[in-house]
Amino acid sequence: MDTTTRQRRVDVAFRVLTAACALVVILVMGGILVELVRNSGMSIREFGLGFLTSDDWNPYAGEFGAASSIFGTIVSTAIAMVLAVPLSLIIAIYLVEVARPRASRIIGGGIELLAAVPSIIYGMWGLFVFAALMQEHVQPWLGRWFGFLPLFQGPPMGIGMLTAGLILTLMVLPFITAVTRDVLQMVPPVLKESAHGMGATMWEATRHIALKYGRRGIVGAVFLGFGRALGETMAVTFVIGNSHRISSSLFDAGNTIASSLANEFNEASEPIYLSSLFELALVLFGLTLLFQTLAHFWVTRLQKQEAGDR
Amino acid sequence: MKPRSRTGRRLADRTARVVMIPAALIGLAVLAWILWEVVARGAGALGGSFFTELPTPPGMEGGGLGNAILGTLVITLLATVMGTPVGLLAGIYLAEFGTTSRLATAVRFTTNLLMGTPSIIIGIFVYALIVLRTGHFSGWAGAVALAILMLPVVLRTTEDMLNLVPDELRESALALGAPRWRATLTVVFRAAKTGLATGILLAVARVSGETAPLLFTALNSFYWPQSINEPTANLTVTIFNYAMSPYADWQQKAWGASLLITVGVLFVAVLSRFALKDRRSRTWSR
Repeated sequence: MDTTTRQRRVDVAFRVLTAACALVVILVMGGILVELVRNSGMSIREFGLGFLTSDDWNPYAGEFGAASSIFGTIVSTAIAMVLAVPLSLIIAIYLVEVARPRASRIIGGGIELLAAVPSIIYGMWGLFVFAALMQEHVQPWLGRWFGFLPLFQGPPMGIGMLTAGLILTLMVLPFITAVTRDVLQMVPPVLKESAHGMGATMWEATRHIALKYGRRGIVGAVFLGFGRALGETMAVTFVIGNSHRISSSLFDAGNTIASSLANEFNEASEPIYLSSLFELALVLFGLTLLFQTLAHFWVTRLQKQEAGDR
Repeated sequence: MKPRSRTGRRLADRTARVVMIPAALIGLAVLAWILWEVVARGAGALGGSFFTELPTPPGMEGGGLGNAILGTLVITLLATVMGTPVGLLAGIYLAEFGTTSRLATAVRFTTNLLMGTPSIIIGIFVYALIVLRTGHFSGWAGAVALAILMLPVVLRTTEDMLNLVPDELRESALALGAPRWRATLTVVFRAAKTGLATGILLAVARVSGETAPLLFTALNSFYWPQSINEPTANLTVTIFNYAMSPYADWQQKAWGASLLITVGVLFVAVLSRFALKDRRSRTWSR
C-alpha cells in the first residue's frame, strides 16, 4: 500500500515536471515580447509612430527611422517568394508525379541537403561567388534589355537588393519544395487514378486534383518559406550592401531589419541607438508573429471548409 | 471547366513536363556549386595548425582557429545538454498527458511560433536577458540562445515520435503494474528511441551552423576559452568577421572554417536522415 502511494506521488511529480517543461515554451515566447518592448521603450517614447514611417537613419545625429529597413525586408522577401513559390511547386510536382523513383530520391535528397546548409555558407558563396556572377553577367544583361524599367537601372555592383532576393530564393526553395512534396505524396492515389481514368493528363490531374486536395499543406509550406525569408539574417547581411536608403532600383544597396541588427547591434554605443535597434527587432518579431498567426487561421479555415465539403 | 481541344491539352501537359526537368535540376546544381566552391576554396586552409593553433594577426603566416573549433563544440554541447531534456519532457507532456488540454493546445501553437521566430531575435532576447544583466558577453549566453532554438525542434519530433508508439504498449506496461513515469521512460521511450535520437540530431544540425544568435551573446575571441563565462571564440562568428575583413589570409581562413562547418552540419543532417528512414521502414513493416 505504501509503495503504491509513493509511486502515485512520483507519477504526479513526473506529470507536473513535464507540464512545467511545456510551459517553458510559453515563458520564452512571453519573455521575448517583454524584453523587446521594455528595451525599446526609450525609442518608442522618442519617435512614436514616426519611427515606422521615417527613413532617416543617422546614428550621429541620433535620428532613427525604420522605413528603409522595413522596405528592404518586404522587397527582398517579395523577390524570393515570387520566384521560389512557382519553382518549388514545379519541382515538387516533378518529384512526385513525373520523375522515376531513383531520380526523385536523388534530386529530393539533394534539395533536403540544400535546406540544411547553414545560412552563413550561403553568405560566403553569395558574396564571393554569386555576387561576381551578378556583376559580370546578370546585371549588365538585365540593364541592357530591361534598363528602361526603374527596377534595373544604375551601375552593376554585384551586391544589392536583387542579389539578396535571389539568395533568399535559393534558401527558401528547398523548404517549400520539401513540404509540398510531402503534401502531394499524401494525396490518395485513387483520386488521381480517377482523373486519369476520365482522360485527364498528368498536368490536369495535378492542377485540378492533387494541388486542390493538398492546398492546406501547400499554404502552410508557402508561409514557412515566407517566415524564413523575412527573418533570414546572415546570407542577406553578406550581399545586400547595408545602406539605409530606399531606392527604386534593385541594383542598389539596401538593408533589411535583420541585416541592420546583425551589422549595428554591437556598435550601438548610445542608449537611444540601442533602443532603436531593439524597436527594429520588435517590428520584425511582430511581423513574423502576425503572418504566422494569419497562416494558422487560414489553414484552420481551409480545414473547416474541407470538412464541410465532404 | 470549359472544354479545350485535345491538342491544346496535350501541349500544356508536354510543356509542363519539359519545364520541370531544368527546374528540378536547379536545386541539385546550386547544391553542387556551393559544395564545390566551399571545398575548392577552403581545403587549402586546412593544415594541421588550423586545428591546433590560435589565430594570428592579418598578414602573419600560419596560425589557426583551434580556439574557435573548441568554442563551437563546447557551446553546441552545452546547448544540447540544456535544450534536449526540456524538449523531451515537454514532448512527453503533449503526447502522454496534455494531449487535447488547453495548455497543450497553447503550447503547440506557441511552439510553432517559436520555430518561426528568426534566430537573430533569439540572440537579441538573450542579449537583453543575460548579457545586459551580467554586464558581459559569455559562452553561456550563446549556449542559452542555441538551446532556445533547439527546444521547439526536439519538442515537436518527440511528440510526433511518441504518438507513433501503439497504445497497447503503454497499456501492457501499466497492466504489469509499472507506474506511468516508468512506463513512459522505459517502454515508450525505448520503442521510439530511433525517432527521438533523430529529433535531437536534427536540432543539433540546425543550431551548430547558426551565426546570428551568437553575434550578441558569445561574441568572439582571439584566445583559448579560459572559462565559459567570458566572450568565447566560435567558428561561425569568426567566418563573418574574417569574410568581412579586407585581408586575403583571413578570408582564406573563413573559407576553411566554412568547409569545416558545412561538412559537420551536412554529416549530422545525413545521419539523422538515415536514422529517420530506418525508423519509418520499421513502422511500415509492422
